[in-house]
Amino acid sequence: MTDRDTALAIAGLDKSYGRAQVLNGITLDVAPGERVALLGHNGAGKSTLIKLILGLIRASGGAIRVAGHAPGSPAARAATAYLPEQVAFHRSLTGREQLTMFARLAGEHPKAVAPLLERVGLTEAADRRIGTWSKGMRQRLGLAQALLGRRRVALLDEPTSGLDPISRHDLYAVIDEMAANGTALLIASHALTELEARTDRIAIMAGGRLVADDSLANLARAADLPTRIRLTAREGAADAVQAELGGTRVNGRAVELHCTTGQKMAQLARVSALGDAVRDIEMCPPSLEDLYRYYCAEERR
Amino acid sequence: MIARVLAIAGAEFRIQRRNRWLASATALMTLFALALTFAGSAPTGSLGVDLLTVAVASMTTLAVYLAPFLALMIAFDAVAGEAERGTLGLTLTYPLSRGEMLLGKFAAHLAVLAIAICLGLGAAGLAAWLAGGAGAESARALARLIATAILLGASFLALGYAASALSGSGAGAAGLAVGLWLVLVVLYDLGLLGALVVDGGGGFTRHVFPWLLALNPADAFRLWNVAGSQEVALVSGMAGAGAALPVWAAPLSLLLWPVLAFVLARAAFARVEP
Ligand SMILES: Nc1ncnc2c1ncn2[C@@H]1O[C@H](COP(=O)(O)OP(=O)(O)O)[C@@H](O)[C@H]1O
Ligand SMILES: [Mg+2]
Repeated sequence: MTDRDTALAIAGLDKSYGRAQVLNGITLDVAPGERVALLGHNGAGKSTLIKLILGLIRASGGAIRVAGHAPGSPAARAATAYLPEQVAFHRSLTGREQLTMFARLAGEHPKAVAPLLERVGLTEAADRRIGTWSKGMRQRLGLAQALLGRRRVALLDEPTSGLDPISRHDLYAVIDEMAANGTALLIASHALTELEARTDRIAIMAGGRLVADDSLANLARAADLPTRIRLTAREGAADAVQAELGGTRVNGRAVELHCTTGQKMAQLARVSALGDAVRDIEMCPPSLEDLYRYYCAEERR
Repeated sequence: MIARVLAIAGAEFRIQRRNRWLASATALMTLFALALTFAGSAPTGSLGVDLLTVAVASMTTLAVYLAPFLALMIAFDAVAGEAERGTLGLTLTYPLSRGEMLLGKFAAHLAVLAIAICLGLGAAGLAAWLAGGAGAESARALARLIATAILLGASFLALGYAASALSGSGAGAAGLAVGLWLVLVVLYDLGLLGALVVDGGGGFTRHVFPWLLALNPADAFRLWNVAGSQEVALVSGMAGAGAALPVWAAPLSLLLWPVLAFVLARAAFARVEP
């Protein structure tokens, strides 16, 4: 990947606060149009990484390029959208006034403001002071300002916090739209949920290091967490099924098997060979949470 | 650059306009100025000057205290408050330099302050004129008073930003602002007064003291107004100190203070991590 196709390039990044090393050799690239979920427990250093990319704080070592520019330079800032973890605005401004200010700072015409407010569902509240708004409304205004201008990189710090399920759905749409327009997205989160699973790549931070950086499918394959297969046997056939396939009896008629991804098809063939001894089959692939816990625990070992 | 400065200034102006505290402070200043104008009507006859001249002399004293105070109260929150509330970080991720941001706030705050000062002091002038106690000379003195009060306010706005950027929290910035006001407006003069008494009319009194006066923006403000009008000087009894100085000393000081304080504030702001 050349410098020109990476919207965001981070190499060997270190950050210490006094003696506490918060980031330790983080290397991460994000291509235009790519959505990367940045996962980690509270205090893992996600917000610190984002602030370094924004140039709000200085790194102790390593390098960052934002669309080819140094972090914090005017060109890098013009290319970057940011949704802070704690979205805060001036209480005594109305939503429209606040967004107009940001539009003018981003070099956009104030005419861009009304459609954006509409886009995030704030048209009705737009002329009330932000001090009277709910957390979710402020979050949506934060999203609206991140949509201003044509940004090449978007950094969203825990964007789902404070959003109800419908707003969360709108957020997915906004993220996909930005990616379709070629914006590179880095989305920080402390959990692996539906949103993060919809991204192209997942980067997991633990103990100041990047412990994983791959697509969800590849991470699942590498972790090779077992798939749970639950069979319901015909009346009286449970013993025979267990004798044939192994596994554990869960109650009178069910047998539970665990198998790796590689063994799955072979295991299924053996199940179907049993004919009508098996009445039902249920397969549970490892959950997102299982996977996340696996990679975080990996670091601790 | 201008567009970005104006974007900040526009938003900031709205914020200040909705600040109820500021509106009441302006009203209070207007009341004070009116009271001083008419309370001062007593000595006019004996000194042979008009009502407005006396009012300008007493309003000079009022403005020395009020303009810096008002300016600091507007300014102290500019950096520390925004950093504390978390609005600073987001604004600084836009392609806007810290100098531009500070300049935008300065423009808005100065406009608000100028409006408050024009309203407050202007009302007194209008009242004196309506009462028939104003002439061309005293009108000029009032105009000078208003302009210099705005310059004085500008100095303290910039000093307030520096205090705001240097202290980590809004509360700390407020404390520092009050301290600045006390030192520059009250204690400085007391210190000089003490030194004068000790010196007893010696070399310090004649050569050093006037320059020390001109060095302080609040005293430079007083000197400029007094030197500008012999009649005001007569009424305020401050003619002596100003006479030892070249005419440009006080104006130069008062014109330089906003600029230097702004440079200081910009440098302090550069070190703030949002
Ligand atoms: N200004 C600071 N001074 C000292 N330590 C800090 C500072 N900012 C963050 N940290 C520490 O850095 C670590 C990472 O914080 P953060 O990046 O906010 O984590 P996350 O966003 O992943 O929850 C935490 O242990 C936090 O205490
Ligand atoms: Mg965080």
